[in-house]
Amino acid sequence: MSPVLEELAAAFESAVWEGSHGQDVARVPADDWQEFARAAKEAGFEVCSDVTAVDRMRSRPHRYEVVASLVSMSHRLRLRMITTVDREEPVVASLTPIWPGAGFGEREVYDMFGIGFEGHPDLTRILMPDEWEGHPLRKDYGVGSVPVQFKASHQVD
Amino acid sequence: MATTAPGNLLMTTIEKAANWARTRSMFPATFGLACCAIEMMATGAAHYDLARFGMEVFRASPRQADLMIVAGRVSQKMAPVLRQVYDQMPEPKWVISMGACASTGGMFNNYALVQGVDQVVPVDIYVPGCPPGPQSLMHGILTLHDKIMAGEIRR
Amino acid sequence: MVDEKTVTSEDELTNPAETLDIWVAGTEELEFHPTDEGTQEFGPEESDARLDDQFGRVVSDDYIFDDETSDEERTVLNMGPQHPSTHGVLRLQLELDGEIIRRTKPIIGYLHTGMEKTAEQLTFSQGPTNVTRMDYLAPLHCELAYSLAVERLLDVEVPPRAQAIRVLMTELNRISSHLVALATNGMDVGALSMMIYGFRERESILAFFEKTTGLRMNHNYIRPGGVVVDLPPGWKDDVAAILEDLPNRLRQYDDLLKENPIWTARTRGVGVISPEEAIAYSITGPVLRATGVDWDLRKAFPYSGIEQYEFEVPLGEHGDVYDRYRVRVEEIIESLKIVEQVMDTMPKGDYRIEDRKITPPPRARIDESMEALIHHFKLFTEGFKVPEGETYVAVESPRGELGCYLVSDGEARPYRMHTRAPSFYNLQALPIAMADSLVADTIATIASMDPVMGDVDR
Repeated sequence: MSPVLEELAAAFESAVWEGSHGQDVARVPADDWQEFARAAKEAGFEVCSDVTAVDRMRSRPHRYEVVASLVSMSHRLRLRMITTVDREEPVVASLTPIWPGAGFGEREVYDMFGIGFEGHPDLTRILMPDEWEGHPLRKDYGVGSVPVQFKASHQVD
Repeated sequence: MATTAPGNLLMTTIEKAANWARTRSMFPATFGLACCAIEMMATGAAHYDLARFGMEVFRASPRQADLMIVAGRVSQKMAPVLRQVYDQMPEPKWVISMGACASTGGMFNNYALVQGVDQVVPVDIYVPGCPPGPQSLMHGILTLHDKIMAGEIRR
Repeated sequence: MVDEKTVTSEDELTNPAETLDIWVAGTEELEFHPTDEGTQEFGPEESDARLDDQFGRVVSDDYIFDDETSDEERTVLNMGPQHPSTHGVLRLQLELDGEIIRRTKPIIGYLHTGMEKTAEQLTFSQGPTNVTRMDYLAPLHCELAYSLAVERLLDVEVPPRAQAIRVLMTELNRISSHLVALATNGMDVGALSMMIYGFRERESILAFFEKTTGLRMNHNYIRPGGVVVDLPPGWKDDVAAILEDLPNRLRQYDDLLKENPIWTARTRGVGVISPEEAIAYSITGPVLRATGVDWDLRKAFPYSGIEQYEFEVPLGEHGDVYDRYRVRVEEIIESLKIVEQVMDTMPKGDYRIEDRKITPPPRARIDESMEALIHHFKLFTEGFKVPEGETYVAVESPRGELGCYLVSDGEARPYRMHTRAPSFYNLQALPIAMADSLVADTIATIASMDPVMGDVDR
């Protein structure tokens, strides 16, 4: 791990660090999400390149993981922050006060998964129509495919 | 025009002349949505010239267009917009559904797309392909011209 | 059918729809308002304190007009989604103060295809067919990001010839995508012949793609394990013809546009983004490099053997539309250099991994060997299984950082596939670039950001 990340790890005891195929991943508890992000920005991660989520219904007890990818241009590093969000009340702090570029990504996560972001200036549906019901990328939301008369088609619901 | 008048020689010639005039300068409305739109632009560009059929002016306003080429995938959010643009076009108007996604939903059989634009507007010609090359699109357009000239589509 | 009374009284004529059997426009009650999505809430006006905090105390503050009018005097104008100049189905809600735009809200989602959900239904080798239709002007880059992510999860390395072929195809794709960007940029600003020129040059590259991959667009050529077929015999002559032809054409475009007073008047100083704003809003690609920030993923986090080739990264200075145009033209020239180097140094060898569990056997072998038949069957019905894990791989597409976040749980289909789309994040800066500018500059600004809506909405 590079010295920049060592410093960051020392500042946050609660984060669990792991290497995933050559990339550094920090698993941060949901309560420390915003402070960790602020510390990462001060450590040199100027860009938050992506915010997304994974619905871990099959394997992990908590339901959703929110994943933020950070890039440091000055140190040429990538870092991935992952937190887990509860099944019943999926809310996590927003990253827009720190990186305004995370705004659209968080709106997409809200639209597709139903995860709320506290502190986001405009948390509305972005990809689906405004009055759409349901959150399509959840694992219990079906594909919505129309049955076709084709022998090999698999209708997964 | 020719639906209620009795068929006699004079009316047939006028009908043929009207059909001929309608095919010789159809103005397409810009309804390029996705990848098929790029192929539609390539059809209008220099190599596969649509101007030789009088169709290089893609009218931005549907009020001035008579052909709507639905080029690309139509999502649930876009379907009412598509219908409104179609309603704004004056008669006579024709619709070509270009590409697999517009014709049947294509490879995206899921919640987000309308499975075939003929669920929203009436379609005259379906052009298959993903995306259909400019030659396929021109074949579709020329087939539409033939259908109009033959009087199969009566407006 | 007329009413019993005569038709001459006043109240009948004032309300003809009720008394006479005629249809009067504007009086019917529509139950269903088809496009009554209406206006959406604008975000709050950004306060200087919040901007200072986000941008790290530096805010570009050179607005042209600074007399504010109250909210009641502003008009809300809707632009799109069906519009000739919004590059696809982008809807912009503009708040106008006369001819000056005060606030903008981009409303997207009109091309949402549910590709991330579809990716969970397709196997890993069917994945590129889905991913390639996201950024449909640079489909090989989407396939490359996806294939690199799958290969990283599989922990395999593709042979050098496959890497060189991938670099060749993606750099040619960068050239064809920038030609479309120049063509549409020129047409939107008024130089209509640029449209014809751009698409004419693109045809020669598309002809090469059709010869190699079978399709002009949406190729499904770069798959996990390498590329699907080798380059055709005689490919060097085709590529050499492209390399010889394009520099002359680029000089013609420069004659048309570079010192043209109309072009420079419409593009210099228009749609300015400062480097701090660009970094804060996660902008990548030519838009970022036009502001002066030297960040290119091909140099920072090299992939697919691209570090062996010598090329430079063109940078702009002012961050306006003119600089973005110059950056794109110079990127075409740099890509031509890379293509020439690849052509001269193309290694011999396999064009895909020789691992029978991942890549299908050659068709001739199926008749000879039972094992080949079984592998072919398993690969095309069930697909190869990828070990559990998650990874994020990004490539430098013509629009910026195109990344693929892939999560696998040991099955033959991805558990979750997410694409970090460059145009999605670049569109966040549109309100910043268009603030306090004129409506006519909007068109030039959007064209220079070069959004591809398939990328934005996925």
